[in-house]
Amino acid sequence: MKSKLNLDFKVVDSARQHAANIAHDMQDFIDRHTTVSTERTILRLLGVDGVDEVDNPLPNVVVDQIKEAGALPTGAAYWMGNAIVQTGKTPQEIAEEVGAGKLEITKLPTCPQEEAAKALEPFIQATFDRIDAQKAKRAEYLQRIGEGPEPYLYVIVATGNIYEDVIQAQAAARQGADIIAVIRTTAQSLLDYVPYGPTTEGFGGTYATQENFRIMRKALDEVGEEVGRYIRLCNYSSGMCMPEIAAMGALERLDVMLNDAIYGILFRDINMQRTLVDQFMSRVIIGYCGIIFNSGEDNYLTTDDAIESAHTVTASQFINEQFAVLANIPENQMGLGHAFEMDPSTEDGFLLELSQAIMAREIFPNARLKYMPPTKFMTGNIFRGHLQDALFNLVAIWSGQSLQLLGMLTEAIHTPHMQDRYLSIENAKYIFNNCKHIGDEVEFKEGGIVQSRAHEVLDKANALLAEVEKDGLFKTIEQGKFGGVKRPFDGGHGLEGVCVKGENYFNPFIARFMDHE
Amino acid sequence: MADNKNTAIAQVDLTQVKPYGDALNDGKVEMAFTLPVPYGEEAEECAKQYVKKLGFQEPNVTYYHELTPGFTFFVVYGSAQQTIDYTAINVPKVEGTVMDRVECGEWIGEHIGRDIVVVGASIESDAHTVGIDAIIQMKGFHGHFGLERFKHVVPYNMGSQVPCEELIAKAKEVNADAILVSQTVTQKDIHIIQLTKMEELLEAEGLRDKIILTCGGPRISHELAQELGYDAGFGPGKYAEHVMSFIMQEVEKRGWQNKPNIADR
Ligand code: B12
Repeated sequence: MKSKLNLDFKVVDSARQHAANIAHDMQDFIDRHTTVSTERTILRLLGVDGVDEVDNPLPNVVVDQIKEAGALPTGAAYWMGNAIVQTGKTPQEIAEEVGAGKLEITKLPTCPQEEAAKALEPFIQATFDRIDAQKAKRAEYLQRIGEGPEPYLYVIVATGNIYEDVIQAQAAARQGADIIAVIRTTAQSLLDYVPYGPTTEGFGGTYATQENFRIMRKALDEVGEEVGRYIRLCNYSSGMCMPEIAAMGALERLDVMLNDAIYGILFRDINMQRTLVDQFMSRVIIGYCGIIFNSGEDNYLTTDDAIESAHTVTASQFINEQFAVLANIPENQMGLGHAFEMDPSTEDGFLLELSQAIMAREIFPNARLKYMPPTKFMTGNIFRGHLQDALFNLVAIWSGQSLQLLGMLTEAIHTPHMQDRYLSIENAKYIFNNCKHIGDEVEFKEGGIVQSRAHEVLDKANALLAEVEKDGLFKTIEQGKFGGVKRPFDGGHGLEGVCVKGENYFNPFIARFMDHE
Repeated sequence: MADNKNTAIAQVDLTQVKPYGDALNDGKVEMAFTLPVPYGEEAEECAKQYVKKLGFQEPNVTYYHELTPGFTFFVVYGSAQQTIDYTAINVPKVEGTVMDRVECGEWIGEHIGRDIVVVGASIESDAHTVGIDAIIQMKGFHGHFGLERFKHVVPYNMGSQVPCEELIAKAKEVNADAILVSQTVTQKDIHIIQLTKMEELLEAEGLRDKIILTCGGPRISHELAQELGYDAGFGPGKYAEHVMSFIMQEVEKRGWQNKPNIADR
């Protein structure tokens, strides 16, 4: 297809190559390390679930015990496999014994690694059977009841109470929503464990728990049958428990997960080593399970300027794409993010937004681009806000976005009310229908505002990526080049949970999850 | 024609004001809300009666729509009857004169004769830094430079999700004159809970009258701040110069010019 922006694809190739080198460089670091959250993920995937008497999740109890014994470099998989060999029990039974204080998992006699690995096989198989069944079920739904057209209408629910969320989510689906994201409660991302069971108390969001996932999945399947459209479920695979939540999402058939290689570092001050190692484990899971990941570039524009720093968004999209390639994530599961966040008082701001959105589409033609609405410049003037959202919707249909996170007129005031979602879905449907083929019809003036802007941003992104390649990603983040936020290599939350792998370390899941088309 | 003149341009009576649509005292108000009732004519009537009960006359449901079975959305017009005595209104405002950045620097030099030290953070569960950054960081917000750009001001910005205990410890360590707390998330009044915790901890440490305590955020007003035991509160449209004008005049009022150390206050 001819570029509407007259982009120089040699620059695109160069940027992509820099990003690939950056990701490879990081991968060397990642491959040498593991984290407590990665190890807890392995236990969850082996079937460990539930909590001990004082509500500590069993995956935490077991990993903490291994860590305290200084045995984490060998990996939880070995210790669990060995415990199966020595006791003949299941991973869940073993974890319960550890939780009850009856077993020290590292104090058992030890078997060779191959024997431990073999003992895990039936449990790994059971998990893959379950995940494969979920994948088949999604495929069956999509085939039988179908789905809405792109851009998918994507809205959030955030009441704090999962049962109230269900009411809101089903209402949104009936109004036309295609994707429901359950926003996580304030501060869950810094918890170094995943809470357990159904929850009814959250602030600005609802706890991400496996039971809550199950409750919402069931509700969306029901309403999907009713409205004759598969309704996708989204949650956050981010924060300190990033890969564990990806595993929960795999087991409970989430369809979309927010998952970014850098977001947690910048916006939650999570240690960079921790996040980069964690994102790898989460992405291999996401890739296998047919989940669309959403990267979080849009957030840079809340702390940085959308006009001056647009190229950091593009650069980060390249990096997120290349990390995804390393985790074997198919292109149509790459929900690379960007946002409509320019100051609405900017002259020709609409043209600049349009330029950026079309550019993202041309650079990543097969990605499931996730487009985020105006947030920072939304105000208490809900009437103007509704108009800002309309312009955002116009850019989306024009540039062919895939996942459209709908803007809410009340964005500056509160998490959405039921009527806000209705108004925003109506807004989007009106514009998407009325302007359906605008992108096919309109071409841009050669060397005009739209084209020139795209060239400028792409060139700057390419230059930034060249710099990042030279300095390395860690150093770039230390210098505050993304989102204008500086984070130290050894600072932030969760560094104590990072550990160098020992010689005998093994993670039986990586290769299995990577093994798909 | 002369007769019409009085009625044509009725004068507003500020002791009895009510909403204005296109004629004085028509009381016109537009409302939008949802009722948890099934869509239908009964729903329309229910909205009408509800608005009447709120005190509006001639309620007119101009639009209603089913959001989901059991929930109906309405747009309703009505004529308000209640009036307010505008002349009797009293809004608590932050005391003192507001000076700009340069004036603040000079004023501190002249009246305080030493640097003013402040410590700020977005506390507890709140991860929003843009508000506190707008006040403290050099670049400021909307063309208003932050405290880092002020002469004779030494600001420390601790970022977000800072536990109250840590913020207080830092204030003690650097002998802060004032603490700046930012709160953005307000769902289920979490900001009230966290702001209260901060105030109570400071009280418990015996520091409440030794440090000026201020807060700010999109849903913070000076009145709310005072109710929560803070010295001042700053909402939208307030910038570094507003909070610094208050703090420096308060430092003078309290006679802390020669008391840079908390222990001496
Ligand atoms: C940017 C943003 C984010 C960014 C924050 C990046 C960062 N580093 O700060 C990110 C993406 C990380 C984010 C996350 C979340 N956000 Co947010 N976010 C916003 C957004 C879009 C803009 C806020 C902002 O930056 N405003 C600009 C600043 C400058 O304004 P301000 O804070 O009011 O500050 C001014 C004054 O109030 C005052 N001031 C502020 N603090 C202080 C302090 C002192 C001492 C003084 C003197 C003055 C002062 O001075 C400033 C200049 O005038 C708003 C929506 C909106 N448009 O308002 C939502 C919003 C605030 N977020 C919201 C929510 C719910 C969240 C999350 C909880 C969502 C979730 N479940 O994950 C998380 C937070 C998690 C957590 N642990 O807190 C809700 C809050 C709802 C509510 N009323 O409770 C909002 C309203 C969006 C919505 N409608 O749902 N968010």
